[in-house]
Amino acid sequence: MNALTISELSFAYGARAILQNATVSPLQPGRLTALIGPNASGKSTLFKLIAGLLTPASGRVVLGDTDLAMFTTRDRLSRIRFMPQFFAANAALTVFDVVMMAEKQLQGWRVSAQDMSRVAEALHEGGIGHLAEAYVSELSGGQSQLVSCVQALIRPADVYLFDEPTSALDLHHQLAVLSRIRFAVEDRGAVGIVALHDLNLAARFADHLVLLGQGRVLAEGSPSEVLNDPALSATYGVDITISKGPREDLTVHAYAS
Amino acid sequence: MTDQALSPPSSQELVRNYRRRSATRAALVLGAAAVLFATVVVDVITGPADLNFLRTLQVILQPSVATVQEEVIIWDLRLPVALMAVVVGAMLGVAGAEMQTILNNPLADPFTLGLSSAASFGAALAIVLGWSVIPGVGGLFVTVNAFVVAMLTSLALFGFTRLRGVTPEAMILVGIAMLFTFNALLAFLQYGASELQLAQIIFWQLGSLARATWTKVGICLLVLLIVLPYFIRQSWALTALRMGEEKAAALGVNVPLLRLGVLAGVSLLSAVAVSFVGAVAFVGLVGPHIARMIVGEDQRGFLPLSALAGALILSGTSIASKAITPGVVYPIGMITSLIGIPFFLSLILSQRKRHWQ
Repeated sequence: MNALTISELSFAYGARAILQNATVSPLQPGRLTALIGPNASGKSTLFKLIAGLLTPASGRVVLGDTDLAMFTTRDRLSRIRFMPQFFAANAALTVFDVVMMAEKQLQGWRVSAQDMSRVAEALHEGGIGHLAEAYVSELSGGQSQLVSCVQALIRPADVYLFDEPTSALDLHHQLAVLSRIRFAVEDRGAVGIVALHDLNLAARFADHLVLLGQGRVLAEGSPSEVLNDPALSATYGVDITISKGPREDLTVHAYAS
Repeated sequence: MTDQALSPPSSQELVRNYRRRSATRAALVLGAAAVLFATVVVDVITGPADLNFLRTLQVILQPSVATVQEEVIIWDLRLPVALMAVVVGAMLGVAGAEMQTILNNPLADPFTLGLSSAASFGAALAIVLGWSVIPGVGGLFVTVNAFVVAMLTSLALFGFTRLRGVTPEAMILVGIAMLFTFNALLAFLQYGASELQLAQIIFWQLGSLARATWTKVGICLLVLLIVLPYFIRQSWALTALRMGEEKAAALGVNVPLLRLGVLAGVSLLSAVAVSFVGAVAFVGLVGPHIARMIVGEDQRGFLPLSALAGALILSGTSIASKAITPGVVYPIGMITSLIGIPFFLSLILSQRKRHWQ
C-alpha cells in the first residue's frame, strides 16, 4: 500500500508554462482525491506527467518510496492506470474487444477462459453488458465514457487517474460511475484521482480536493476546507456560496460575479 | 430508467457471444485459406495445356506421380507464378493493413507513401539509362534498382519522420511529396526514352507475374517470415492504436516506436513485392478493407485475413489474366482493379456499419 507524492512538478510546452512547481501532500491509498480547477488549469497535463506519458521539466512523482522515473514504461503503466478524456471511435472494434485489450495488457495472442469471464463480469458490473457486441464507432459520447471507465478498472493498479469520467454522462450514470470508482479505490487500497468539473460531485465523492489554477496548486484539503477557501471563487471568476444539502452534503452555488 | 432495466444479458451470455464471434473469425480465416488453396490449383490448370483439377491437385500434393511433361508444366512453369501471386498478394495485403493502422488513414497503401513510384523510377533508371544502383547483379538489375530506390525512399521517410515528429500527418505529407517527386522524375526519364524503352517502362509498371521463379518466391516468403512475427507480437498494440494515440499510450503502447518499427516492416514488404511484380495497384488498399468489413479490426483476425484477402485478389487476378483471352496473358495491374472493384463496391453498399467516418 503506497502513497503517491507529487513534488515541485513543472512542465512547459515550449515557452508556455503549463504546470509550475505543483506540489501535493502525499495522497493516501484507499482514498479518492478530486482534482478541480478551470479549463486549461493543467489537470490533464498533471495526469499525463503522473502516468509517464510526458516527462516533467523538473520535480518528481514518488509512489511509496520509489521515484516513478525509475520504473520501466511497461511497469509504470501496469501500476498506474490513466483514463484519458476521450478516445477516437471510428474503429471496427466491439466494446468487448476494447475491454479485452485492456484486460490483456497488450500481452499474448491467446485469450483464456478467465480473461473472457473477467471481461464479461466487468461489462456486466459496469452496466454496459448490452453493449458488448456493439461497435465502438456506434457509441454515444456517454456510452464510450462508460466503456473507458470499465477499461480503466478491469486491472488492479496502485494508482487510478480519471480525466473527467462523467462529463458526458446523465445524472444516474454520473453517480453510478463515481460510486464504482470510489468503491474500487477503497476496495483495492489504491490511490485514486479524478478530475472533475462538477464541484458538487467532487464534494460528494472525494475525501480530498486539490484546486489547480494556472498550473499551480492553489488549495488542497478536505472538501469543506477547499470549497470554503476564497481561492476557489477567485480561480473560477465566479461568486460561490456553499450550503448544506438535505442529507448534510455540501452544495455549491455559483453566481456570475 | 437505467440500462439494467432492459434485462441485461448475463456474463455467461456475453462470454458465449464472444466465443461464437471468435469461432466465426477462425472459421472465416480457415475458409479463406481453403478457397485460396483452390484458386492456386485453378491458377495452375488455367492455360494452354490441358490439365484437370484432380490430377493437378494430385501432382501438387504428391510430386512423385507426375509425368515429365506434367512436372515441367506444373512444377517449373505454373506453380512459381501461382505461388508468387499468393505471396506478393499477402505481402501487399499485410503492408496495406498495417500502413492504414499506423497512419490512421483508410487510403494508406504502398502507393500513398510513394514507395511504388520510387520502385517504378528505379526500374526506369535501369531500363532507360542502363544504370544499376548496385553493380554486378546481372540480369536482375531492373528488380534490384526498383528495390533499392524504394528502400532508400522509405529510409528518407524514416529520417523525415524522426526530424519532424512521428505523427501520421507528417508521414503522409512527406510520402505524398515523395510520390510527386518520383512521378516527375519518371516523366523526365520517359520523355527522353526511346519507343522501345517507353513500352518496357509501361509494361513494367502494369505489373507481371510472368517473371516469377522459385528463388523469388523463396525471397518473398523469407521477407514475410521476418516481418510477420513482429507484427503478430505487436497485434494488441496495433489494435489499441485504432482507439487513438492517447488511449493507446494510456494502455501502454510506445506509439512513436511502434510506428517506426511497423513502418520499417511495411517498407520492406512493399519494396520487395513491388520490385518483383511491378506497381500492382489496389491490392494493398482493398485487401485490408475487405478484411476489416468481414472480421473487424482485432488484429488477431484482421492481420491474417488481410493477408489472405490480398493473396486471393492477386491469385484471382492471375487466373483472370490468362483466362480472358486464351493465349494472351494480360498485365496484372490492369486486372486487379477490374475484378476487385465490383466486389469492393458491393461490400461497401451492403455494409450497415460505417467506420472511418
